[in-house]
Amino acid sequence: MSKARTSLTRTSLVHLALISYAIISVFPVFLTIINSMKDRNAIFRNPMQLPSPKTFDLVGYYTVLGQGDFANYFQNSFIVTVASIALVLLFGAMAAFALSEYRFRGNTLMGLYLAIGIMIPIRLGTVAILQGMVATGLVNTLTALVLVYTAQGIPLAVFILSEFMRTVSDDLKNAGRIDGLSEYSIFFRLVLPLVRPAMATVAVFTMIPIWNDLWFPLILAPSEATKTVTLGSQIFIGQFVTNWNAVLAALSLAIFPVLVLYLVFSRQLIRGITSGAVK
Amino acid sequence: MGSLQLKSVRKSFGTVDVIKGIDLDVKDGEFVIFVGPSGCGKSTLLRIIAGLEDATSGSITIDGAEVVTVPPAKRGIAMVFQSYALYPHLSVKDNMGLGLKQAGTPKDEIEKRVSKASAMLSLEKYLARRPAELSGGQRQRVAIGRAIVREPKLFLFDEPLSNLDAALRVNTRLEIARLHRELKATMIYVTHDQVEAMTLADKIVVLDAGVIQQVGSPMELYNRPANLFVAGFIGSPAMNFIDAGRLGVTDAKTIGVRPEHLSLSRDNGEWQGKVVHVEHLGADTIIYLESEKVGLITVRLFGEHHYAVDDVVFATSAAGQTHRFDANGRAIR
Repeated sequence: MSKARTSLTRTSLVHLALISYAIISVFPVFLTIINSMKDRNAIFRNPMQLPSPKTFDLVGYYTVLGQGDFANYFQNSFIVTVASIALVLLFGAMAAFALSEYRFRGNTLMGLYLAIGIMIPIRLGTVAILQGMVATGLVNTLTALVLVYTAQGIPLAVFILSEFMRTVSDDLKNAGRIDGLSEYSIFFRLVLPLVRPAMATVAVFTMIPIWNDLWFPLILAPSEATKTVTLGSQIFIGQFVTNWNAVLAALSLAIFPVLVLYLVFSRQLIRGITSGAVK
Repeated sequence: MGSLQLKSVRKSFGTVDVIKGIDLDVKDGEFVIFVGPSGCGKSTLLRIIAGLEDATSGSITIDGAEVVTVPPAKRGIAMVFQSYALYPHLSVKDNMGLGLKQAGTPKDEIEKRVSKASAMLSLEKYLARRPAELSGGQRQRVAIGRAIVREPKLFLFDEPLSNLDAALRVNTRLEIARLHRELKATMIYVTHDQVEAMTLADKIVVLDAGVIQQVGSPMELYNRPANLFVAGFIGSPAMNFIDAGRLGVTDAKTIGVRPEHLSLSRDNGEWQGKVVHVEHLGADTIIYLESEKVGLITVRLFGEHHYAVDDVVFATSAAGQTHRFDANGRAIR
């Protein structure tokens, strides 16, 4: 790769901007993690201070792991997130393929309709969703959450993936047709592997809001058996007293699974990019 | 085994007519080339034969069987694409074998055919590689191999050489000619390059604006073009067209003379003109003349000739080598 000459000031300014942005982004996380390891007094007296031997206290973690069924909450969050991502990717990719590949009546209209889904927040329909879930008996089940999150994720997935699918060569799909592949095999065996980087992007964009969501778990699945981590942490936030140690510890713990998922997808992302460009 | 008949095939996209009624008869074992400028509908016609596009109307028969409603994989065809269109995640061997595997051919039969095709195209060394690990020429050979293993009734080539560099293009052209001799298969080939068309074809189909302009052997098209379009399209540099009125000819509208059928002299001749540009190609010298009587004309002389810009020379057309066209552009014979 050829490297254009860049001035030192220019490079350092760019880096300065990026570094300061990174610090601003990571700082709340950092603050949460350091404070989760301090005792209650230290959190309030010196919230910016790193835990010292005097203030180091893992009481928050003991509370979280001892009280409440956090293993179960984590499991719920994980199931809901993974199942939703899987469904969003599957149906989003299928819809994107249909919209980008086939010429049919109402194609553009359908694309626009799905794009509207990106602009209108799904929470506006909460009452109707709740009524529907009550009617179908899905309240207090993880299925309810998976369904809602799938619906929430599909518009963006279709939007991003259909743009990418337009770039897959028509000749390749036609070669598949001549070789006798069905439309499903063309989709699964030829097109999907080529849009994998886009799939990883969609997965990351879909995953974060689902993992962090408090709204729908609170409304649709607040029972003890179906609580997600974000909702579970709320038991430590009271009207009069808040157990900050426990809240911070629970939030710190909640970061890790999502970080792992992110690493998995971002590795896919990089592999997808390089497999095309570098041989 | 591999004849093709097209009967009044039409194709329109919305209100735009791309193919305006094509009738064509391809005999078994023929090498037919569709040639024409871009946008003339040649690729669309090939796709219609392959079944990748539906014809708006008309009938297509392969080996006597109507195939309009038959899906591409069942038509007994194989296609080679301009962009190779190899499956990026499969090895060369699997790329070639996929079609047979889908058709349920036994494994040892696939193995046999793949090794035969790869021997034919000297691809044995690369069977385990992925397309990304091959050069452009090798990829195109794999794409051709993928067509061969299917033992189709009809080979369809969609500008297969356009993505290759000049030297490789000549090699691959020879290879395709050799394959046609060895396989004795029916091949239909689309190109915009008239050199490919002239060198490979048994029969050239010249298309323009969705209509067949002329069908014939390369030499027929060269010697007896049916109209102005074919006359101007076949042959390089293109034929000189001279307004018949300027020459005092009354029974034709346009007179055509190929650049290679003109000779130059410094002393006397039919048309006096001034040299405006000279191109030296080694084997040929191409001279552009601005003549008062006939306008700008191109002369192609064999070998090296030394004329300078602004030289005054005389061009003379060879006897019996002029073409006459009527007011509608049709050749008068």
